[in-house]
Amino acid sequence: MTVRAISALLDVRNLETFYGPVMALRGVSIEVPEGSIVTILGANGAGKTTLMKTVSGALAPHKGNIQFRGQRIDGLEPDVLVKRGIAHVPEGREVFPFLSVAENLMMGAYTRRDRTEISRDIDMVYDYFPILRERRQQNAGTLSGGQQQMLAIGRGLMSRPSLMLLDEPSLGLSPLLVQEIFAIVRRLNQEQGVTILLVEQNAHVALQTADYGYVLETGRIVMAGSAEKLLNSDDIREFYLGQSADQDSDARADKRWKRKKTWR
Amino acid sequence: MDILQLLVSGIANGCIYGLLALGFVLIYKASEAVNFAQGDMLMLGAFLGIAFINTGNADLPFLIGLTLSALVMGIFGYLLDRFVLRGIFGQPQFAMVILTIALGFLIRFAAGAIWGHDPVSLQTPFAGRTLELGSLIVPVVDAVIILATVALTTTLYFFFAHTRLGVAMQASSQNQMAAYYMGIPVKRVNSIVWALSGVVAAIAGVLFAAKGAVEPSVGLLFGIKAFAAAVIGGLGSLPGALAGGLLVGIVEPFAARYLPAGSSQIAPYVLMLLVLILRPGGLFAQISQKKV
Repeated sequence: MTVRAISALLDVRNLETFYGPVMALRGVSIEVPEGSIVTILGANGAGKTTLMKTVSGALAPHKGNIQFRGQRIDGLEPDVLVKRGIAHVPEGREVFPFLSVAENLMMGAYTRRDRTEISRDIDMVYDYFPILRERRQQNAGTLSGGQQQMLAIGRGLMSRPSLMLLDEPSLGLSPLLVQEIFAIVRRLNQEQGVTILLVEQNAHVALQTADYGYVLETGRIVMAGSAEKLLNSDDIREFYLGQSADQDSDARADKRWKRKKTWR
Repeated sequence: MDILQLLVSGIANGCIYGLLALGFVLIYKASEAVNFAQGDMLMLGAFLGIAFINTGNADLPFLIGLTLSALVMGIFGYLLDRFVLRGIFGQPQFAMVILTIALGFLIRFAAGAIWGHDPVSLQTPFAGRTLELGSLIVPVVDAVIILATVALTTTLYFFFAHTRLGVAMQASSQNQMAAYYMGIPVKRVNSIVWALSGVVAAIAGVLFAAKGAVEPSVGLLFGIKAFAAAVIGGLGSLPGALAGGLLVGIVEPFAARYLPAGSSQIAPYVLMLLVLILRPGGLFAQISQKKV
């Protein structure tokens, strides 16, 4: 553990959450330092989305605790957590299809009352995503997938979060759009100071964007380290980036023995 | 002129169907299930109106009685959701259907125990009076019903389109989970929708009682007809509910006048069948496909 802040903005300790009858998280501990981008990598069903839902209050944990700015927040409802500064941008975008782009953004600011500030923030979102300004009167359901993802992120920004939970923003988008969205995510982190907890299956782009990463498998953290360290780790290269560990040597000869993950 | 005369009385009836159908749609959008006690809520609202307005009862002026009845039914709707229906939040739709059918029985029984089973009608300042527009004779009651419906639906339109709470109601009906993530208190919003549907039912009930007599079982048949109207409009669309109600209301007197006896009773359902066959989503269906 090379980079570790003294006090993290978000501190998750030994979290256990059931998703129906399934124990989806089996004692997960992560830390998200203020101002950083932290990514959680993992395959389908690893528990990434459950972790996000538990942090944002949509699911209550069975055991363990979550601290945000040093205060316990586990078990609180999302409306309380949104006010405290946690925004959840859900997997699959989940925009309101029959509301206009502008109304979707207004709903992101539901917990706020300051009208002039809200309209200033809507302008800020439009500056980051100019296409949304063009389409502001259009129903969100008629936008393309990439535009919906931009709207979902913009809507998340509207609550003025200090921590944004981004669940799988690359889902179903073309590689070019993925690059564009992640470039904006990085800008939001730098310019607006939003701390970001990012869940991704696309390990490559996630590790390029993040400062620090965790690998989640079947409800447990199996690996953690700086993004650079993870990018260069043999296990990550083999199982998450799809690169052979030693590309120069005769690939066929080495493949005769299927490599095992070191954490198993 | 005959046709015009039938049309006016059809529209007035249709307004009441439309308001009741609006109640069905409001609940359907909020809770994703049909409230089969909607007709009985109309009946309850009508009896409350009679209790507040008629001489020998509270003897209040018409508008004050109407407001009080709407207020009481609003609170009734809110509490019903808060303390009865929230208990089955997240259960299959079937649970709510059965629960509301049972609630309907309870409401009918309670109304019968309190007010008896004889038909009663509301005393209004405009009872029996008519307006003559050329050769067209419009009962003042019908004019009041039409104007009240226009006023109520316009208010509802502005509420849903332009207020923070109204847009939040739309948002939570379109994507409940996302609304929850946005910090919209979805459960409380649902209770407010129930309150709203109680208010609409009470207003429809008082208007209904001004036109004809009410007795405790009136909500049952009337509710089913209004449900047909909501299905015709496309269950899930507020303008559709109103349009469906108007259609049902207009079809009835024409069927009674020009078709064999008894056909006015089946006309609304024939209309519903036709719509379901030709346009299964209803006339004003909102169709969306999720992009992946």
